[in-house]
Amino acid sequence: MGTPAITDQRLQCYHCGEPCPDDTIKATGKTFCCEGCRMVYQILNQSDLCDYYSLNENPGISQRIHVRKDKFAFLDTEKIQQQLISFRDEKQMHVTFYLPQMHCSSCLYLLENLHRLDKGIISSKVNFTRKEVDIVFLVKETSLRKVAETLTSIGYEPYISLNDLKEKRPAINKSMVYQLGIAGFCFGNIMLMSFPEYLGIDASEVGLRSIFRWANFALAIPVLLYSALPFYTSSWKSLRHKFLNIDAPIALAIIITFIRSAYEVLSGTGGGYFDSMTGIVFFMLAGRIVQDKTYRQLSFERDYTSYFPVAVSVLKEDKEIPSALPDIKPGDTLLIHNEELIPADGILTKGKAFIDYSFVTGESLPVLKEVGELVYAGGKQTEGNIEVLVVKEVAQSYLTKLWNKEDPKQAPAKTVSFVHLLSRYFTYIVLTIAATTAVYWQVNDPSRIWPAVTAIFIIACPCALLLSNTFTNGNILRILGRNHFYLRNAQIIEDMAVATHIVFDKTGTLTSTQQQDISYTGTELSAYQQLQVAALATGSSHPLSKALAKHLAKGKRLQVKGFKETTGKGIEGFVNDDLLRIGSYEFVTGDSTRQHGTAVFISIENKLMGYFLFSNHYRESVPSLLQELRGHYRLSVISGDNETERNNLQRLLGKKATLLFHQQPEDKLRYIEQLQQQGEKVMMIGDGLNDAGALRQSDIGIAVAEQTNNFTPSSDAIIEAKQLSRLPKFIQLCRANRQIVIASFVLSIVYNIIGLFFAVQGTLSPLVAAILMPSSSLSILLLTFGSSSLLARRMKM
Amino acid sequence: MSVIIILLVASISIAALFLFAFLWGVKSGQFEDDYSPSSRILFDDKPSSKTKPQ
Repeated sequence: MGTPAITDQRLQCYHCGEPCPDDTIKATGKTFCCEGCRMVYQILNQSDLCDYYSLNENPGISQRIHVRKDKFAFLDTEKIQQQLISFRDEKQMHVTFYLPQMHCSSCLYLLENLHRLDKGIISSKVNFTRKEVDIVFLVKETSLRKVAETLTSIGYEPYISLNDLKEKRPAINKSMVYQLGIAGFCFGNIMLMSFPEYLGIDASEVGLRSIFRWANFALAIPVLLYSALPFYTSSWKSLRHKFLNIDAPIALAIIITFIRSAYEVLSGTGGGYFDSMTGIVFFMLAGRIVQDKTYRQLSFERDYTSYFPVAVSVLKEDKEIPSALPDIKPGDTLLIHNEELIPADGILTKGKAFIDYSFVTGESLPVLKEVGELVYAGGKQTEGNIEVLVVKEVAQSYLTKLWNKEDPKQAPAKTVSFVHLLSRYFTYIVLTIAATTAVYWQVNDPSRIWPAVTAIFIIACPCALLLSNTFTNGNILRILGRNHFYLRNAQIIEDMAVATHIVFDKTGTLTSTQQQDISYTGTELSAYQQLQVAALATGSSHPLSKALAKHLAKGKRLQVKGFKETTGKGIEGFVNDDLLRIGSYEFVTGDSTRQHGTAVFISIENKLMGYFLFSNHYRESVPSLLQELRGHYRLSVISGDNETERNNLQRLLGKKATLLFHQQPEDKLRYIEQLQQQGEKVMMIGDGLNDAGALRQSDIGIAVAEQTNNFTPSSDAIIEAKQLSRLPKFIQLCRANRQIVIASFVLSIVYNIIGLFFAVQGTLSPLVAAILMPSSSLSILLLTFGSSSLLARRMKM
Repeated sequence: MSVIIILLVASISIAALFLFAFLWGVKSGQFEDDYSPSSRILFDDKPSSKTKPQ
């Protein structure tokens, strides 16, 4: 790829693949979109790492946004270092960084060759699934800060949040995998050694038979004592809460089967049911692992700490001292750099704050704050540096309090899965059958009580019932995850299926935060004038300017001279000797009597031309999505915004829909509560922190994220914004889930009836048990996996 | 029939070998990242820009 690739008659950046505005930024014959990308290329070129570009086409990450030079200064602080690194001695240090930008094999190649960029790095090893890199480096040759800066310089800025300072992430529970491995080993060998028992053995070889029996006995012990532990602990826990959960009959079945089999072996009366017992444990553990396998990259239990930086610069006697966030006290003065989050409520003491609260309120436009005004934690400074006097500690700030509000779902279990209900009946039914059988044989043939009753417990184990649910849910979670819709757990599938009312947030959910519709009113602008406006707007980082520049830039870029930006008001400058002003009415005309909301006025050579109006851009898929949903659900929209969109929305949602505007976070929560009191099952779809309360209160809270690695308030599910249009399909799949589970329930009940038919008569042979057990489990597995996958394929997911 | 005993011992020890291989694999994290090892094997030890494939 010696020549720059051309698409849409535009140059593509060799590093990141984004279109280049012009061909001025070049190095060794390759074109780049920005200085940042070229720098990364040059670093890699010097270190002979250009294979990076041959593994994947344009693998880089756009470097348009600059990272502040001393951003990682806090990594020199001993206290912070100690909390981040995993190991250190006099010579070397081990550290694990989370790099959200990692995305392809080129990244892998580059990150594992870090030692060629920094001689102090001994080794680096990538865990791609977790997007982490483990780095070992020499303390004498480099430092933690330098390593972080090296990573940043090649486009992989490590993500370090306050969360990292707390307890280390718990290791993934491997013990259950060990238990599964051991259960599988014992199960397989016991099956093998049970064959002589089933097929019959010559009377002359009785000695051999008892060897097999004893070997089975020995192999069953680790399963009983180790592999089955999760079932004991779970059922013990539920018994202590005076609740009979589904694990109780399993634990009971395991123990009874073992006792009976052990008795048979010891007394020499039979071979026992060790194969069935270990089989139950093996299949149930496999089911449990499928159930527990959640999405490791996605955390649903996020709190404010994962959003906040680790450290901020505190000003003391005119010096910037990086300090860890928890150490910040009221009275400290913080220096907030451009593009940094304000971590604590405070008073602005220096500079002009232009704060983007989109994360807190969902409002897309930055707010201007003057010196002396209160700024809330959670806002992002967007222009220049400011100083803030802290008035409240981090944990006490408005934003953090919103996060910390108690989750109403944590209290009592809100819904009990219908599977659990059925399973509970199942337990009682089994107990009743066992009692009836005991009474019957007590009257007719007391010698058969013991074999009959134990056989009932062995055969009527609810494994097939449980497996059907686990595997269907597991597979559906997997299918949805593949389609970028991530659920917190399997219970949500059932909740989704019964939802009756869907509540949408507007900003960021129905509308896109990244796009805006722009309309122009006033004197027609010529193509040349449009270019002039675009050229001037390019210079500003204000979201409206950026949107305007993108909207108008359709040709060569013009030179701007004397560019001047008045924060929160507008921009001015000379474009090819014409003086242009873009900004508020007051800024452009000097007349402060009229106010216009989000209109941006233009003047050329002091002549007012007209204004651009910005309005929310609905995601492309929204009209069809609402159209599809409105026939089946009651719909509401609750928005923190003003009412300008009411008519538009009413048309989209239909006459019956409720529209509420000017809603505070608390109002949203209360509205959901009201609906629930009317007996509705509410599905809430929102994005920002302003929806956090409502998302938690609702029966199913779905957070919309532009990218799944972005941050979302804690919720039951996360949906990628692009997938929003497929929500009806997802709901349909969740509904089908119930039918599949019921179908496999029926199947497993048939198996149970066959088994019980033999068991109550006291004639259950180990062979019948050994065939029924695995075949029921396997057929359930096939049915659930097969039908849910088939359905997903038919729905093109 | 002592040959069966020998076979029994042999088969169980082989199975046990696989069990330990599995446990070791889980313990050393071989199941945690199924993407990087497969691509890592494709990287040359000494990549050089001169041999860059077009």
